[in-house]
Amino acid sequence: MLEAITLAVIAASTPLLLAAAGELVVERSGVLNLGVEGMMIVGAACGFAAAYFTDSTLVGALAGVLAGALLALVFALLTLGLAVNQVATGLALTILGIGLSGLIGAGFVGTRITPAPQLAIPLLTGLPVIGRILFGQDAFVYASIALVAGIWRFLYRSRAGLVLRAIGDNPGSAHALGYPVLRVRSLAVLFGGACAGLAGAYMSLAYTPFFVPGMTAGRGWIALALVVFASWRPLRLVAGAYLFGAVSILQLHAQGLGLGIPSQVMTSLPYLATIVVLVLISRARGAAGSAAPASLGTAFVPDR
Amino acid sequence: MRFALERRAERSALVAIASPLIAVALTLVTMAALFGVLGKNPVTVLGVYFLDPLTDPFTLQEIAVKATPLVMIAVGLALCYIANVWNIGAEGQFIIGAVAGSWLAVVTQGTDAGPWVLPVMLVLGALGGALYALIPAICRVRFGASEILVSLMLVYVADLLMDFLVRGPWRDPHGLNFPTTAEFDPVATVPALIEGSRLHAGAILAVLVVMLASAVLGRTLRGFEIRVVGAAPKAATFGGFNANRLVLFCFAVSGALAGLAGVIEVAGPIGHLQPGISPGYGFTAIIVAFLGRLNPVGILVAGLFLALTFIGGEGAQISLKVPLDLTKVFQGILLFYVLACDTLIVHRIRQIATPRRPAPGHA
Repeated sequence: MLEAITLAVIAASTPLLLAAAGELVVERSGVLNLGVEGMMIVGAACGFAAAYFTDSTLVGALAGVLAGALLALVFALLTLGLAVNQVATGLALTILGIGLSGLIGAGFVGTRITPAPQLAIPLLTGLPVIGRILFGQDAFVYASIALVAGIWRFLYRSRAGLVLRAIGDNPGSAHALGYPVLRVRSLAVLFGGACAGLAGAYMSLAYTPFFVPGMTAGRGWIALALVVFASWRPLRLVAGAYLFGAVSILQLHAQGLGLGIPSQVMTSLPYLATIVVLVLISRARGAAGSAAPASLGTAFVPDR
Repeated sequence: MRFALERRAERSALVAIASPLIAVALTLVTMAALFGVLGKNPVTVLGVYFLDPLTDPFTLQEIAVKATPLVMIAVGLALCYIANVWNIGAEGQFIIGAVAGSWLAVVTQGTDAGPWVLPVMLVLGALGGALYALIPAICRVRFGASEILVSLMLVYVADLLMDFLVRGPWRDPHGLNFPTTAEFDPVATVPALIEGSRLHAGAILAVLVVMLASAVLGRTLRGFEIRVVGAAPKAATFGGFNANRLVLFCFAVSGALAGLAGVIEVAGPIGHLQPGISPGYGFTAIIVAFLGRLNPVGILVAGLFLALTFIGGEGAQISLKVPLDLTKVFQGILLFYVLACDTLIVHRIRQIATPRRPAPGHA
């Protein structure tokens, strides 16, 4: 029972972690991309379509990554190339993404694919309790952990990461020092899109594994809230993602227990939890000053 | 050869008028290409989408019916966006307005309640939407939480609340277990403008809202405050404007308008409360607000145009078997182009002859 719940929590947390990790890098560079939900759902549709035709999880995941990055490219062209309002463009990306995913995925609703294979190491995977949890996951789960570790190392232990953080806090100074603000931000946005696409591909390749329109059900938005929750720090992101994964799984189990609580109340829990967490975190930070990158969400037009 | 943005000395009035038109034209070209890719004749599809609905009195009325909620919601959203606060949860406020108004319709069902029912329903709807919109506004003003995320999360919550009500306590006992309330009584229904038509009095209300918002934005101190807080928050502080109170005001007004649109929709063209009362009006209204350049009169035109895409999309789905999701793709692409073209009002694109490579300070 405990093992089953833990496995379910990990599975529910992974898409949140993947998407939020990418968005964290984007926001650290000073760009707010609200289109995570749109990039995720297109990643889910494209990933599923590619896996359906090739019968390969890897190709599916790559298709998801590519789709997410392509949408992010549109976002980058507008917000960075044309200095368009980032909030409005992110919303446009979500609206477009939901439409595109329906268009792409329509023919695949009701079809099934082979789910992503799970790791199986003789002896280790068979260990009681921890065996399947540590050694029996699919590649996405390990990738999500490696991704966060890599992002941590990049942000805090590399010169490029330092430049990226500097650009997020003060693009004007970074530009004056000769750093290519728009290029760095573009790369960050593309990376964020790729991560969101991967998160979506995980949903349709491993989590379910099938495609339904609207299957991301607001997870992209929850990922955005997670970045705030984590105070823009990658390691706290892991805690946040697993906390939210746990909330969404516990509400499912509570529904199964038949406590007499309407299912709609339980289903709304992750969304309500997001609001409560946002309020608590923002209030706690009110005294200490915001942890957000200083230039988050503002366009930068370099003067020549 | 490279291109760079350069700030114009003055806003270009010409581009300001032309930009929505250019955006629409670019969207049509893009869609034509997309139809080509899907193996349909672009000219035929565009005709079915944008011309056929204009030639039939029935679909013309349907356009007005669909434009009513879009315009009402978008006017409220425009107030928020001008003040640079981001209410993106109008879809939820629309639903809560519908729910709040439906409550009265459900409890007076079958009683001999008089003609006071509908006006009170409208008030309840507006009030419900306003209160629901105040949740993210208060979270923002009081705790500094992102109003964007909170208002969006509340959309899902509102949807689930309505789902619970129509499947549970409010379900029509004679409704064969369908998740819907009973058909509202005549006193709880918005009257039709033309006998036997779906065009209802709400359309007039939408036009009134546009006129009122125009007057408030253009001719009152409150309208001036909204514009200053949005364009120059520091100047607004020096001017003694209370930005927090303005956030609450903008959210309350936009929530009230969305709620009003919601209750009118269920008491008008739909006639009962059921899941799926909105094909995404709250989100499409965001596009309407921007396409209308955040100007109430512009929003009226933009609302009619977006309503046309809904109706045309349905027509194209029936007659040409084009997927309905194309309408959403169309709307998303349109918003992209609108935003891109709007940049050219304050910026111009300059060509730089020789690429300059900035040398990093230390590499």
